[in-house]
Amino acid sequence: MRAYLAILGKDVRQELRTKEMITAMAVFALLVMLIFNFALGIGHTDKNTLAAAVLWVAFTFAGTLGLNRSMSQERAGESLRGLLLCPVDRSVIFLAKATANLIFMLAVELVAIPVAIILFNLKLVPSMVWLPLVLFLGSLGFATVGTVFATMATGTRARDWLLPLLLLPIEIPVIIGAVQATATILTGEPPTNAGMGFNLLVACDVIYLAVCYVLFEYAVEV
Amino acid sequence: MISVRGLKKVYGAIPALENLDLEIPTGQFVALFGPNGAGKTTLVNILSTLLLPTDGTVAIGGFDLKRQANDIRKLLGVISHYPWLYSRLSAKENLMFYGRMYGIGSLEEQVDRRLSDVGMDSWADETVDRFSRGMQQRLAIARTLLHDPPVLLLDEPYTGLDRHAAKMLTNSLAALRSEKRTILLVTHDLSQGLAQAHRAMILRSGRIVEDSQVDELDFDEFTAKYDSIIGG
Amino acid sequence: MPNNDNTGSKRFLPAMIVVGFFGIMSAICMVFAYAPQERVMGIVQKIFYFHVSSAWIAFLAFFLVLVGSVAYLWTRNAKWDRFAHSSDEVGVVFTTIVLLTGPLWGKPVWGGWWAWDPRLTTTLILWLIAVAYLLIRAFVDDRDQAARYCAVLGIIGALDLPIIHYSVEWWRSIHPSPIVLKKGGGGLTPEMLKTLFVSMGAFTILFVVLVTVRMNLQAMREKAHDLRRLIGQRRST
Repeated sequence: MRAYLAILGKDVRQELRTKEMITAMAVFALLVMLIFNFALGIGHTDKNTLAAAVLWVAFTFAGTLGLNRSMSQERAGESLRGLLLCPVDRSVIFLAKATANLIFMLAVELVAIPVAIILFNLKLVPSMVWLPLVLFLGSLGFATVGTVFATMATGTRARDWLLPLLLLPIEIPVIIGAVQATATILTGEPPTNAGMGFNLLVACDVIYLAVCYVLFEYAVEV
Repeated sequence: MISVRGLKKVYGAIPALENLDLEIPTGQFVALFGPNGAGKTTLVNILSTLLLPTDGTVAIGGFDLKRQANDIRKLLGVISHYPWLYSRLSAKENLMFYGRMYGIGSLEEQVDRRLSDVGMDSWADETVDRFSRGMQQRLAIARTLLHDPPVLLLDEPYTGLDRHAAKMLTNSLAALRSEKRTILLVTHDLSQGLAQAHRAMILRSGRIVEDSQVDELDFDEFTAKYDSIIGG
Repeated sequence: MPNNDNTGSKRFLPAMIVVGFFGIMSAICMVFAYAPQERVMGIVQKIFYFHVSSAWIAFLAFFLVLVGSVAYLWTRNAKWDRFAHSSDEVGVVFTTIVLLTGPLWGKPVWGGWWAWDPRLTTTLILWLIAVAYLLIRAFVDDRDQAARYCAVLGIIGALDLPIIHYSVEWWRSIHPSPIVLKKGGGGLTPEMLKTLFVSMGAFTILFVVLVTVRMNLQAMREKAHDLRRLIGQRRST
């Protein structure tokens, strides 16, 4: 009993000193609520939007996990420094890493889609040929900003928690666009019929790619 | 070969390097000593293009550090106490990767040659996470020499090495010295540094406080000076 | 003592504080005495002036974070980093005020605490980004590294803000709120408009004062930290 109280007291006191973990957790909880909200929309949601929302929330969190792992491996062996010593442009490093992250995300998504079709009893419609395109566009929006932020986050003390806090607010437009485009596909129409949603996705991708291409070298500087 | 003028690096108000002037001609082997926090690692980091100076100019092989960093990187080989190897890849895969980053011709041939030079050819296909520290450092040496760099920067490379690996490193350095490469060795080991170098320097609080040719200095006098600086 | 960059603000700051004080006093007077009471919403509507003024400051602050971040990455002068950091911190305070006054004002207007109003929602996301900026500072020990990372976040976040706002607006248009909007009041009378401008002006001056004070505080803190480290170093060598 004594030991229990002592350990409990120590843990609480340690956390109260900095309040870092609690703050991060609270902000993360808020973010999760927001992401769910934007994906699902308010009021009643039809089955297709629901399925699309669940998919993209899943991809968001799986993607964040993957980004964390891939960058922290690099850091762990300090091999990032070895790479930086090579005569390679930092933007080339960015493109390669972002592409790798994109490929990993796509691989997971392609596996998840059939599972979702089964679990949600989705109708197999011809418009589903558009799915890979929307998956690509959505994941690209993640991979670019995600690579930059993951490089930063894994260089800090917070490691795993910091990445979602940085990344998710920025990704909200991508999630909104991707969910709408996917939902439109599931109802049998091409995603370009999702109105501004599809254009939003494309615009985000272009802008994020350009900005991250330039800013990566500052994130990776030793 | 290495030309440093007015080099300054500050972290906030803390100066890590202060108005450093340094000329290292081609083929010279410099041993750099100094207490912890003197700025030795900062200097090596700046010379290896990983860190930007606050002020001053640095030129290596005639290339300017700020504007021609990639050209400098082609000339540099850096060995530190971190091996900078990918632990899930094999020894050979590691070297092949770095070789491609440096754009080395007839790569496989070169890789095999370097591996046997450091005695790692029998482990070529083993993954690095299986290697001891000494073996990793040997592989790191192979990786560093792959692109035949005329300039070598070594930041306390003997750290954590067993005697066998340390001997290997010393032999490699002797060979590099005879090949007239420009070498900067940062080390805590006075006798080892002085045994190999042409020139000895002591850095303290960001300034060079001692700079002499090794064959001209009095060993005991230098040791005494070194001890007094380190002892604080 | 080396010439620090505080000497310029030696006269600037007290002057601004005086002006700011008068500004705030005038704003309060105008809000409660001069501006007419809104017909439908009543006295609760008075929050509107502080809500909108705070919102103006919140977005101004983050725009300044963008400016400071770009300037820092370009010049590597710590002054710009202190500027961006201070703007962000003060900005978080004002953003929090917006998010707290929003529901207070919104309940009578929308009939609910939170109606996913596009502007308020964008402000919430802005709050999250600005807090993430502060979390980077908390979790990164190396000052230069923290400054760089925050600058990257500041630039990406600020540039993303218009996109976020647009996307939330569009999202709302396809997900209309189930909360029926009560018919609020009409437009603003000239007196209300004048009150609003005075209020915004006063808040702006308050913002400038707070940022300047914060920057000076940061500069002093950094100097103290550095001196402590220097003493520690000199002692050990």
